[in-house]
Amino acid sequence: MSLLAFARGPALSAALIVFLAGLCWRALALLLERRLPDPAPPRPGAPPSWVSALSTTIRRSWPAPAFRAQAMVPTLIAYAFHLGWLILLLGGTPHILFFAQFLGGAWPGLPKGVIDVVGAVTLAALLFALWRRVSHPVRALLSGLDDYLTWLVTALPVITGLWATSGGWLRYETLLALHILSVALFLGWFPFGKLMHAVLWLPSRAATGIRYGKRGART
Amino acid sequence: MTTTKYLHVINHALPERTGLCDAILHEVLTALDGLVRDGTPHAIDLRGLPLTEVDREELDRRLGRGEVLVHHTLQAVSGAAAEQARLAAIASQPGEYLVVVDGSVPAKDGGVYSTIAGMTNLQMLEETVQDAFAVIAVGSCAAFGGLPHAFPNPTGAVPISELVTDKPLINVSGCPPIPVVITGVLSHLLAFGQLPELDALRRPKAFFGESIHDRCYRRGFYEQGKFARSFDDEGARLGHCLYHVGCKGPVTYNACATLKWNRGASFPIQSGHGCFSCSEPDFWDQEGGLYAPLSAGRWPGGASVGAAVGVGAALGAGAAALSRARKAAATRALQPPPTAPQPEPGDPAP
Repeated sequence: MSLLAFARGPALSAALIVFLAGLCWRALALLLERRLPDPAPPRPGAPPSWVSALSTTIRRSWPAPAFRAQAMVPTLIAYAFHLGWLILLLGGTPHILFFAQFLGGAWPGLPKGVIDVVGAVTLAALLFALWRRVSHPVRALLSGLDDYLTWLVTALPVITGLWATSGGWLRYETLLALHILSVALFLGWFPFGKLMHAVLWLPSRAATGIRYGKRGART
Repeated sequence: MTTTKYLHVINHALPERTGLCDAILHEVLTALDGLVRDGTPHAIDLRGLPLTEVDREELDRRLGRGEVLVHHTLQAVSGAAAEQARLAAIASQPGEYLVVVDGSVPAKDGGVYSTIAGMTNLQMLEETVQDAFAVIAVGSCAAFGGLPHAFPNPTGAVPISELVTDKPLINVSGCPPIPVVITGVLSHLLAFGQLPELDALRRPKAFFGESIHDRCYRRGFYEQGKFARSFDDEGARLGHCLYHVGCKGPVTYNACATLKWNRGASFPIQSGHGCFSCSEPDFWDQEGGLYAPLSAGRWPGGASVGAAVGVGAALGAGAAALSRARKAAATRALQPPPTAPQPEPGDPAP
């Protein structure tokens, strides 16, 4: 079996199975968790829960004025690699064809030039985020294996994808196999580390908004 | 040069001339003109043509025997005389002749699934290559096993590389192989007396060094993100890239996109069909079939997905139940212990 056949076949299948099982495990374990009762009555004038949930979700998508000076650059960097990753995922023609297998239809892909630029920006933003983490003593102290592993499995598909589209040193089938294997690694690690924030950010922000909104606080 | 043929079936012989001789002679003349004028090699594969015995005799009369001493389709003699010609060719130039093998060799059950003149192809190959200078496996069947080697491979067909391990071997893969590539390899061997530079699959790098995709004239459309999504849509009519409809050009190494076929007239992609990787090993068994896009992965089956979701849900529910039990135990542990009721003033002393 060639490396590409292994990557497209057993490796990807195993990664998807681990991804699905892990996702169900994490999601259900959190949903069925016992909530602490909050016997306090809502503060007079507190907004309805859904308003608190929505407003906090939106408000926390941008730094508050008091933190803007410190938080603006990391926020922009984070947006750059999150949006870049999404554009690469949904705009690359091979990716579209991959999804079309089970969605049943495809959408227009982006030209390779656009993909190359977005990929380069995404990778630069990821590298900058890593540099910020390791170069600051406090952030470095707070960072653990999960943080670095999560960064690695996020960056590898971008690196191997750019390499596969640009070519060089290795043959395309090898590069494509490496790219698929990096995606398999990403899927396999997703439920067990900080990548899970991709699923949990929305309910956790909403829950925070509801909790503080009940006390009349804007967060 | 000795050629050994294994798979091709001789076309049904017609009793009279087919009229192809004149056309073939014209082709040969044009090819020779090109060779003399600018050294351009040409190849004419007579095996694919419906030639009759009368045709062959006519060609033999007008062209002479040439250099092909033994070829099960082309040689004029047959039966015991053909076998004698083969043995004579081997004996006449030991260590100097080339063996050009076409087709994979059934190896199961002693190779009984294909025999010629009472010998298995396996035996004939062993005998023929014994004193050869080099072996050229022509076509994807000889090079990689091809269709007979595809699952479930009932005859145990194997590529020549699995049988010939002690001789220089060149694979000229393709289904069919490009005639000019065959003549190019033969020309190199005859001109330089040594093997050309080969890739990891023992194919000459001069012809198999670059992918179809890298040399494809539709590559520009791939770069622009313009694709044919079916064989009869607007993209197909405009000649856009065929990646969507299963073209395997990016992982196929051959000279189709540069040399093309029929004197450079066209090649499959130019004719509107994607490359299906015929010059690569095991292309018949490739994942997803000939028309699955290259990036299509193999998804786990419904049962596997169901099992994954079930196991995950069970683990999640178990983890939540465990957590609830621990929280309940912790809450109970934090409760103050029940105390005896204090006597109210005025109560009678116990």
